[in-house]
Amino acid sequence: MKIAIPVDEKTLESNVCPSFGRTPNFLIYDTETKESVFIDNSAAASTGGAGIKAAQTIVDNKANALLTPRCGQNAADVIKAADIKMFKTTFASVKDNIAAFIDGKLPLLDEIHAGFHGRAGN
Amino acid sequence: MPDFMGGPAIKMRIAILSGKGGTGKTLVSVNLAAVAKKSAYIDCDVEEPNGHLFFKPEDVQEEEIFVKIPKVNHELCNGCRKCVDFCKFNALAYINNKLIVFDEVCHSCGGCILVCPEKALTEKEKVIGKVQKGISGEVRIYTGILNTGEATGIPIIKKLLEKDPEVNERALIDCPPGSACIVMESIKDADYCILVAEPTLFGVHNLNMVYELVKLFNRPFGAVLNKCLEEENPAEKFCLEKKIKILGRIPFDNELGRLNSNAEITVNKNEKYRLLFSALLDTVTKEVRHETTTNP
Repeated sequence: MKIAIPVDEKTLESNVCPSFGRTPNFLIYDTETKESVFIDNSAAASTGGAGIKAAQTIVDNKANALLTPRCGQNAADVIKAADIKMFKTTFASVKDNIAAFIDGKLPLLDEIHAGFHGRAGN
Repeated sequence: MPDFMGGPAIKMRIAILSGKGGTGKTLVSVNLAAVAKKSAYIDCDVEEPNGHLFFKPEDVQEEEIFVKIPKVNHELCNGCRKCVDFCKFNALAYINNKLIVFDEVCHSCGGCILVCPEKALTEKEKVIGKVQKGISGEVRIYTGILNTGEATGIPIIKKLLEKDPEVNERALIDCPPGSACIVMESIKDADYCILVAEPTLFGVHNLNMVYELVKLFNRPFGAVLNKCLEEENPAEKFCLEKKIKILGRIPFDNELGRLNSNAEITVNKNEKYRLLFSALLDTVTKEVRHETTTNP
């Protein structure tokens, strides 16, 4: 199973990035092969619709699950249309969240915010 | 050259703006329109228009405002994603072999329709809000209303400002707060800009935003200092430093606050403020005349 996580740095020692749409990088982690691939988030500098574009990247990288602290409505629409399950990260570190996910201890992300749409967080 | 040059006829557009909400744009716009008698009050603060609450216009007519957004023919779409890559606003996504359009993110540029090699995208109309026109005494009231969640109110502001003021009429343009595109659209054809400022450091920061904007647009401008207290006024200091003409001062006054929060037009209720806003209108009118003489 492939999981996607927004991450601050391109290393497994990194923390989870608090923003989904404007995270600098994504980690795509394969729980079977334990392989880590870090990809740039080309949506980070978008003037608008960053969540949509970031979600498209997650879909294109064929992730089965997304681990994120929060997610906006538009991004969630894309993720859901692709049948990707969303889980809420509960730790700061990427490693702790992966471990919790594998143990089945991460809750599903069901609180979707309306989105900031250029008004906050930038 | 305008026909009122040198003559007594008045026909001008005056935009009232500030870097943030709550500084007194609507207070100044509404009261200037009210003392001007024959005037047009144009509420371009389309996300939260409130000037109509003071004027309570009659004979209100409404017109819906449309924009064009893409419509997908899924039979024709081959999933090439040229539209997705083209869209700078990321209003399109291609998921599970299906193109999704985010209507509210779309800025109606029409680019996706142009780049689609399969002609799978066509235009459809979408309502984004409306314009209301009414009358209150001799003041014509125009109100722009943007529906919640829409990307931009610019098409509504274009509609509000499409007509020139009538002869012998002053148009008071109540701008949205800030200095973003919707404010630019509101001031770009203004003959004069009034910057409303609060006497705080935060107020100075916001004043500087609109000061830089009107300079960039090369509009003649001056400042109105609102909520003035006896003590030192950082906004006044800023105006003196930057040599910004101070057009008028409005005191921090409970009576004014009370009238305003009861949706009363202050100049109709209080002689002191009628004189204050009449003087302000005269000052601005002279400034505009001076500008059209020196920089026609």
